[in-house]
Amino acid sequence: MTQQSVQEVKNTTCYMCACRCGIRVHLRDGEVRYIDGNPDHPLNKGVICAKGSSGIMKQYSPARLTKPLRRKAGAERGAGEFEPISWEEAFSVLAERLGKIRATDPKKFALFTGRDQMQALTGLFARQFGTPNYAAHGGFCSVNMAAGMIYTIGGSFWEFGGPDLDRAKLFVMIGTAEDHHSNPLKIALAKFKRDGGRFVSINPVRTGYSAIADEWVPIRPGTDGAFLLAVIHEIIQKGLYDRDFLVQYSNAGELVNCDETSDEFGMFLRTEVPEEEACYDPQDKLWWDRTTNRPVVTHAEGADPFLRGEFEINGTKVKPSFQLLMERVQDYTPEWAEGVTGIPAGTIRRLAYEMGVTARDQRIELPIAWTDSWGKEHDTVTGNPVAFHAMRGLAAHSNGFQTIRALGILMSLLGTIDRPGGFRHKVPFPRPIPPCARTPNHPNAVQPNKPLDGMALGWPADPDDLFVDDEGKPVRIDKGFSWEYPLSVHGLMHNVITNAWRGDPYKIDTLLIFMANMAWNSTMNAVEVRKMLNDKDENGDYKIPFIVVADAFQSEMTAFADLILPDTTYLERHDVMSILDRPISEFDGPVDSVRIPVVPPTGECKPFQEVLIELGSRLKLPAFTTKDGQRKYRDYPDFIVNYETEPGSGIGFLAGWRGKGGEKQLRGEPNPNQWEMYAKNNCVFHYELPKSYQYMRNWNQGYLEWSQRNRITRYAEPILINIYSEVLMRFRQAAQGKGFSKKPPAHLAKRVETFFDPLPFYYDTLEAQVSDKHKYPLAAITQRPMAMYHSWDSQNAWLRQIHAHNLLYVNAHTARVHGIEDGDWIWVESQWGKVKCMAKHSEAVEPGTVWTWNAIGKAAGAWGLAPDANESQRGFLLNHLISEELPACERGSERRVSNSDPITGQAAWYDVRVRIYKVGAGEAASVSQTTEPQFAPLKPYPGQTERKSIWNYFAGAKK
Amino acid sequence: MHPAFSVIFLTTLIGAGQGLFLALFTVESYAAFGLLPPQASGFYAIGSAMAVLLMALGLVASFFHLGRPERAWRAAAQWRTSWLSREVIVLPAFTGAAFLYGVAHWSGVNPVLATLPSGTPVNITAMLGVAGTVLAFALYICTGMIYACLKFLREWHTPLTVINYILLGGASGFTLAAALAGHFAPEVMPVLAGWALIITLLGLVGRTASLFRNARLKPKSTLQTAIGIKHPKIVQKTMGLMGGSFNTREFFHGRSAAWLRGVKWLFLLAAFAVPAGLLAVGLSRSAGSALTLAFVIQYLGLMAERWFFFAQANHPQNLYYQSVA
Amino acid sequence: MTQLALVIDLNVCVGCHACVTNCKEWNTFGAAGPMVDQNPYGKDPTGTFFNRVQTFEVGEFPNTETVHFPKSCLHCEEPPCVPVCPTGASYKRKEDGIVLVDYDKCIGCKYCSWACPYGAREIDEQQKVMKKCTLCVDRIYDATMTAEERRPACVRACPTSARLFGDIHDPDSEVSQAIREAGGYQLMPEWGTSPANHYLPRRKTKLRIREDELERADNPLKIDQQLPKPGKAEPSLDDVTSW
Repeated sequence: MTQQSVQEVKNTTCYMCACRCGIRVHLRDGEVRYIDGNPDHPLNKGVICAKGSSGIMKQYSPARLTKPLRRKAGAERGAGEFEPISWEEAFSVLAERLGKIRATDPKKFALFTGRDQMQALTGLFARQFGTPNYAAHGGFCSVNMAAGMIYTIGGSFWEFGGPDLDRAKLFVMIGTAEDHHSNPLKIALAKFKRDGGRFVSINPVRTGYSAIADEWVPIRPGTDGAFLLAVIHEIIQKGLYDRDFLVQYSNAGELVNCDETSDEFGMFLRTEVPEEEACYDPQDKLWWDRTTNRPVVTHAEGADPFLRGEFEINGTKVKPSFQLLMERVQDYTPEWAEGVTGIPAGTIRRLAYEMGVTARDQRIELPIAWTDSWGKEHDTVTGNPVAFHAMRGLAAHSNGFQTIRALGILMSLLGTIDRPGGFRHKVPFPRPIPPCARTPNHPNAVQPNKPLDGMALGWPADPDDLFVDDEGKPVRIDKGFSWEYPLSVHGLMHNVITNAWRGDPYKIDTLLIFMANMAWNSTMNAVEVRKMLNDKDENGDYKIPFIVVADAFQSEMTAFADLILPDTTYLERHDVMSILDRPISEFDGPVDSVRIPVVPPTGECKPFQEVLIELGSRLKLPAFTTKDGQRKYRDYPDFIVNYETEPGSGIGFLAGWRGKGGEKQLRGEPNPNQWEMYAKNNCVFHYELPKSYQYMRNWNQGYLEWSQRNRITRYAEPILINIYSEVLMRFRQAAQGKGFSKKPPAHLAKRVETFFDPLPFYYDTLEAQVSDKHKYPLAAITQRPMAMYHSWDSQNAWLRQIHAHNLLYVNAHTARVHGIEDGDWIWVESQWGKVKCMAKHSEAVEPGTVWTWNAIGKAAGAWGLAPDANESQRGFLLNHLISEELPACERGSERRVSNSDPITGQAAWYDVRVRIYKVGAGEAASVSQTTEPQFAPLKPYPGQTERKSIWNYFAGAKK
Repeated sequence: MHPAFSVIFLTTLIGAGQGLFLALFTVESYAAFGLLPPQASGFYAIGSAMAVLLMALGLVASFFHLGRPERAWRAAAQWRTSWLSREVIVLPAFTGAAFLYGVAHWSGVNPVLATLPSGTPVNITAMLGVAGTVLAFALYICTGMIYACLKFLREWHTPLTVINYILLGGASGFTLAAALAGHFAPEVMPVLAGWALIITLLGLVGRTASLFRNARLKPKSTLQTAIGIKHPKIVQKTMGLMGGSFNTREFFHGRSAAWLRGVKWLFLLAAFAVPAGLLAVGLSRSAGSALTLAFVIQYLGLMAERWFFFAQANHPQNLYYQSVA
Repeated sequence: MTQLALVIDLNVCVGCHACVTNCKEWNTFGAAGPMVDQNPYGKDPTGTFFNRVQTFEVGEFPNTETVHFPKSCLHCEEPPCVPVCPTGASYKRKEDGIVLVDYDKCIGCKYCSWACPYGAREIDEQQKVMKKCTLCVDRIYDATMTAEERRPACVRACPTSARLFGDIHDPDSEVSQAIREAGGYQLMPEWGTSPANHYLPRRKTKLRIREDELERADNPLKIDQQLPKPGKAEPSLDDVTSW
């Protein structure tokens, strides 16, 4: 190194995946020389992953967009013909168009974003604009995991909570992809294994984390619910559940009306109790007390409810909800589950015993005093050291919600919720069940020139919360919160393009997509969706009139844009990882963090936040404008410092160093030096709760009141675990025509009644229900490689050397039965489409499953790659085989519904069924050694740098 | 291993060069003891020039093998441990001896330095010839040992490697000498052709022996020892990279087993059988053109042999580079 | 005598490739760099790396182990790559046992790579010299760094701390203890190269549930059990027999 070169180290937060580790960026002469993990960061403690270490190659990638671009007049969408324009022009085009929409019908503007980590801001912008048509990627990612768990225990995995591997003795990972919670989970797993913990992985495929499991239990995709219900069956049958926990902290003992003739059938019995002020969940339900043998109000002093049995109150047959659960799992025996899951009954039984016995016999007592919501003081915190982790493998199925409910219930039966060694919440969780945010429930919430009267996304508690018109038709373009997908708490981004193209429920004008590859790996049925994006009506106008894409990279999606807004990389901008957003808290308390630019923006790149604030100011959206109509915030950093949810609320995007001098935490007046204080403190704020507030938070009076005082929650009542979900029952009740709430349209009544079961049940996935399983005998799924995140990293010179293309992994025995040798070219065909690819034999995949790495296949020329790059020529995308819609289940109907969970609208990626066969000798396709389908290669856009053929990158002045 | 043409040329060219020199000096030695009629100095000079040319071509070829040929001089440094370093020293030494030998013959400056008790005069060319012979054998040993010393390249790690380098180099050199004699010294041609035939046949024996040996080799390294897991069934799923690396380029020949078999039969014919036949013809009919043809075919055959020599060597590192995914 | 080495714990390696790219990142800008990438955005991208993570499947379904296997230079105590080098560019340091290449002396003859049974060396196709893991010799002695930082880049990056670094000749070092206690082994012991790097095998935790653990005194089913209590008037044996 020369003496002259200037070396600096700057702290910021990684964004090579959604994990958000603290990083230190070493610069030499202003160029990025090295990125390592920040040892002082609570999340990653100094470690970094393959992606984080390759951030340099993202920064200097030739796929970078550097100028605002407009589709050339006359060029087709998808052809990638663009001309550079100025930002001023881009803004004026947008402001004019959006201004007109806002003044007439704001819902004609739709804003959908990928995994952007700025949903608090994008959501605010959409709401201020007045459109209901906003969501992020959650609907096609893992909304079932969020909804299924939150509607059960008030929290969920990853950002919301996770396994306490520090104290667990048995860890069961089920359906978890490698990427989620990447580094913290890796750190914890290694420590757990070194400490002698037992790690069981249940997954159709043994890769990544599963590789180091003490036991791998292969399971057929989409059958996790059957496995979990059979485990519940065994746990209950052997009496291995934590009765005390269930009695005190769940609704297991609450009495349910079992009189089928009653309008209240399936609802909890309630008593009159004095209504508390601002009470969310009044404690007005009943137990049947064992000692007095009569009904009492729950948690009555000295009472202990029966969890089993059948009773009568005023002639009404009632049962504790636990009794109903027992009845439900009666027939879900391990023998039954064996036939469904492919896991031997003996294994299921053994695993159930391992969980039950470990939970009962390895009990942890921590000498931490705490007070529960009923005022009872405890000297210790108890833990049953069985921890679970689950993610998209459970979620991305059309039966995922009920499967995940079953998981939540299993975890609760074992007594592991927010207890040491089990599942732990992360602030701001737990939330009330369901959380309080609501969407509007009527189309008149959408008014010209007005913000949306409610949140674009929320948590329905009953049918009246649905966002539908008087006929029960959806208000949102994605049909979220409608009777088709009532609990679609993260929206259904995967249906936006199809719905907008078809004009069902209505046509829109402008679609703004941020950082989501909706013409490729983030869409189902990519081939058809690409046609829809380019489709015109009889007048020759595009069916989706105007598409704006904001992204940092030239992708398949940007090719379909009318206007491209070049975003910065994570090293070039301010960002906040806010508690208002998907939080990054730790078990022991709230955490938020920031990004601070370490290098200037490349070319004319502009952070998308700045774009929103500029647009918000030009459109004079109230939150971005002063009372006299002037621009309120200079830029994004200014917005972050000064924005408060309400004037004077003291709640902003960042919780650290609030108050005029930075002396306050969580709440306080804006602090003009907040950014500097974050910069000085590793870009992260970590508030450690007192030990007594760190556990049992659903029912921890101290914690709940602390949370209420700090306005993290409005309500401080205990959050009882919903073993039995009355919320679901309310929808079923409506579908049965009972009660006074909104009622579903006739054609959806049966669907709602079927799936809104207040207790978890197993059903074949919707795709399987409309598939010929003999013709399509195999399940096809994807796994995330640890060295890549979604589609982002094929433009990364280092990471793509690790994964240049993908093959289809097939169980070696299955392959041989099909006459397929290792490396053969094969067709993979579903009832929706087919792809050509290469087969790879594997012994680490369940025989009925084929799989491939997700999102490595690319369209030729996209992501700054050469048209002959491996990604497009030998890589392939499984999405072509997956339909975004399915025929509706009712007979003779032409209707189609989203290929999603009927409860939450979670995209059912992993439901697809396929058959495989060798590319025939006579086929023309066998001649070319390329995957299919292929698309016309994209050309580089103006402003992209040239692809180097040899690269000796060396930051700063050469030595 | 991936057969590099630079190394194929290097080893075959210098092998022939050394052999040619040995043949020339054989003739001179025979003449000194009166077993053959003395030859005009032109024959030796032309032969030596040819040998030096072959050595020089080999040297040139070797530079193509180096990443940094401008630093080639550094390669003499480690003669204590490295056979390659030794080769780098011996090769020019031998070439120098051959050159001086040729010059001495060509210039006629060839004084008698001593006389053996038998009365045989020892002149400069004889001294240079002995030195050259020693160096030629040293060079064969160095070249052979470069390969033979690599113990985990088991196809090479045998005395047969050195023996074959001597025999195959010698055969091609003697064949070339015989062909040259056909033009410039017809009287000695039969002797040279005879020796060429004998060495070619010995070479065939040596090379066949190594083929037999290698066919029976059982790999010492296995996936089990490579990754230290004692399970009979281990399959690599990915080598951790997909676009190839030095490890996939340098150590794999990238040809099918059938191709390899084809090359084996090709070189057995071209390096041994056909030249042996032509040498026999040359011997019986004094047909110089047959001998020239014999050399050309034999040289090409030896190139095939050398390609096969590299390709057949299975490097244990290949265990780590079996699968792309 | 010191012999620095890595000990790689296959028991916890999840195959994330953090060590691969962090190594590349540190070294391409460090003393060994730049490390070329060819066709970085084209067909068959290829480049110089010091460290690779490979994946093996052991056994047959359903008893399959997926083994992630990081591999870099093993810094052999008897390095076969060193004596064969004609220029002395390839050498083993006496003071710490690190095997290094002097890039100014290397002529790129590749002979050392032939002499390495592990495939640990890669020629840089642009600079035309042989390169390999240096154990981050330009980090571990850098006095301007903190002790935490004075470790190889791969070791610092590894999220599962599957890479330990230290002196295997010091019996009390972390690495020596790990080798001793967790059954550390060397690769291809048949060649007598005595690699300094060691690997720790998979270790399984099993749980045995005994039958008596399932017949529990604390079985909560008993608490909730409501055995039927027939009314006194209901028929019983008392009504039909007097014995």
